Amino acid sequence: MVNIKINGIDCQAPEGSTILEACRLAGIRIPTLCYLKEINAIGACRICVVEVKGARSLVAACVYPINEGMEIFTATPKVIESRKTTLELLLSNHNKSCLSCVRSGNCELQTLCEEYGVDATRFNGEMTRSDIDCSAAHMYRDNSKCISCRRCVAACAKTQGIGVIGANERGFATEITCAFDMALADTACVSCGQCITACPVGALSEKDDTQKVLDAIADPEKYVVVQAAPAVRASLGEAFGYPVGTNVEGKMVAALRRLGFDKVFDTNFSADLTIMEEANEFIGRVQNGGVLPMITSCSPGWIRYCENYFPDFIPNLSSCKSPQQMFGAVTKTYFAEKNGIDPKNIVSVSVMPCTAKKFELGRDDQAAAGVPDVDISITTRELARLIKKAGIMFNQLPDEKCDSPLGTGTGAAVIFGATGGVMEAALRTAVWTLEGKKDGTPIEFTEVRGVEGIKEATYNVAGMEVKVAIASGLANAKALLKKVQAGEANYHFIEIMGCPGGCVNGGGQIIQPAEVRNFTDIRADRAKVLYSIDEANTLRFSHENPDVKALYDEFLGEPNSHKAHEILHTSYKAQKLSK
Amino acid sequence: MAFKKCAVPFAGTAEQEAQLKAVIADHKDDRGALMPVLQKAQEIYGYLPIEVQTMIAEGMDIPLEKVYGVVTFYAQFSLNPKGKYRISVCLGTACYVKGSGDIFNKFSEILGIKGGEITPDGKFSLDACRCIGACGLAPVLTVNEDVYGNLTVDDVEKILAKYE
Repeated sequence: MVNIKINGIDCQAPEGSTILEACRLAGIRIPTLCYLKEINAIGACRICVVEVKGARSLVAACVYPINEGMEIFTATPKVIESRKTTLELLLSNHNKSCLSCVRSGNCELQTLCEEYGVDATRFNGEMTRSDIDCSAAHMYRDNSKCISCRRCVAACAKTQGIGVIGANERGFATEITCAFDMALADTACVSCGQCITACPVGALSEKDDTQKVLDAIADPEKYVVVQAAPAVRASLGEAFGYPVGTNVEGKMVAALRRLGFDKVFDTNFSADLTIMEEANEFIGRVQNGGVLPMITSCSPGWIRYCENYFPDFIPNLSSCKSPQQMFGAVTKTYFAEKNGIDPKNIVSVSVMPCTAKKFELGRDDQAAAGVPDVDISITTRELARLIKKAGIMFNQLPDEKCDSPLGTGTGAAVIFGATGGVMEAALRTAVWTLEGKKDGTPIEFTEVRGVEGIKEATYNVAGMEVKVAIASGLANAKALLKKVQAGEANYHFIEIMGCPGGCVNGGGQIIQPAEVRNFTDIRADRAKVLYSIDEANTLRFSHENPDVKALYDEFLGEPNSHKAHEILHTSYKAQKLSK
Repeated sequence: MAFKKCAVPFAGTAEQEAQLKAVIADHKDDRGALMPVLQKAQEIYGYLPIEVQTMIAEGMDIPLEKVYGVVTFYAQFSLNPKGKYRISVCLGTACYVKGSGDIFNKFSEILGIKGGEITPDGKFSLDACRCIGACGLAPVLTVNEDVYGNLTVDDVEKILAKYE
């Protein structure tokens, strides 16, 4: 431990801590804008400055390490004045249409401006000219609100290993854009949305599709069906004042019902269905000498990344559609047929922790009934917006259950939302299928759990050694695939999720400010919700889902049947990196 | 979004490409290799269009955006080749106070290009320069080796007409 003095009071902090971390331990909060733990540490925005005795000038607390005997002053008039001026300078080049900004009330800049009592018009003058980029299916960029903190740039380049956005030009003309001012849709962007959740202000946001949902619900001709992904229930509550890591499954279902959807179903159903198809596809590949390692295909950000950057691995991808798409496909075939509804009159809506799902629903080969499997995909944030706009008092809602028959999910399904969850769910069913049910059939495969970027495990299944690997975050996926390409590692089965930590930390989840993300691991907190739902479930194997069984008995036949292939599987193709 | 593709078609030769590849190979394992590679690439091609930047990005296994960010940061790099007639308007202090800014803008308006760009026919390129040591003639501009001084905005069309 290192002995330091903060505002005249003796304290201690671990060696290697930054001033920011040491102060936090001592109960002092220092504001940040450009700093985001594990993502961006460039000490550029100067909002975190503090005085250090003996230092020539104010220092950036986010990157400045403590040392023995250091004396730090965090709130002197000099510090406060400096932070205030920094904010006023930021506002001088900021589009201050805050009243209806998508981030109003959840904007890190707004919060600080209020705290420091800034004069928003102190420096009026020319503003950097910028265009709005709404070319991509999933997001909206309005650089007139950008504060050039570069958190998005780091999320794209470092966390995801992609780097399609960056700071271009110089000085006052500097803008975060794509090379040659290309539209985002024309780049190798994979629509993961990690840039959006990193953005402290309203410069980046999901494309808002809530009006489409309201229009569909208001149309008496339309039968509007909604599914909600596992990870949504682990984050939605954050928009209504619940702490990170609160399970709001029952209230979420109640809210969806009150919004007026004709049926409230659960993506957990199709997650179980995915396991039926995927586990059997895996067993088939192993037994018939198919392409291995097989790689999961649930994450559309990962799929796009594979098509863009690792086309050689396309044959390794499971041909299973993602749970979102399987759900839509079953809704518009099986459910439509069973209920005598014309699939053309069904509007299939999904609520996802993900922005790439907006892109995925428009992919080729995703229309089992001749109409798109899924019509509208909204993020967790958009659902929160819908609930607020409808005046639904979320906190007072009762806990309700999903409708039948596409509303049942097992514990294996709900853990899809955390990195390693799909692997664990597949292993449960694969082991059971190969070894048969007996006492001691494993349910929990804890080796594949946790937020580490790359995990490996080996299991003995029916006398065969099965080597598995899990990667989340595309920079980790890249590192893992390079090892496989170089022959340094080989596996039978790999799970890859585009976002670090999996869907719980997806680009469509409720945005937590840096102040939270710098000191707690929201990935782990939200994942805990899913594992506790799994543990509490009486059904923990996907093949035990009674509604999934009925679907096979009444309609599909058996997993990987011809009909199942037509409805539940898809194809991929290599993409050119950029125009 | 206005995609900033160079107005003049790329006409790089196989020989130039081989030279560039050799430069990249020479620097591949160096830290901070991007600057010297970009400088050599500009020597080879005279400018750094998307085709050249893409070769550099692929050769060095870095995102195109990273290359572009560096190219647009430094004034020494150009995204466009120079025209057959290189118009260079002095925006140094003496010329500027005598109205060279308006003259520059007039060229920009007539040619439909901004500073650093080239007309699609490859005929004219427009640049701003700093003092060329002829302040007595301010405002001053050059077209290739020809020097024009004591100008007003009305002279712009006459100067261009000489090169039609």
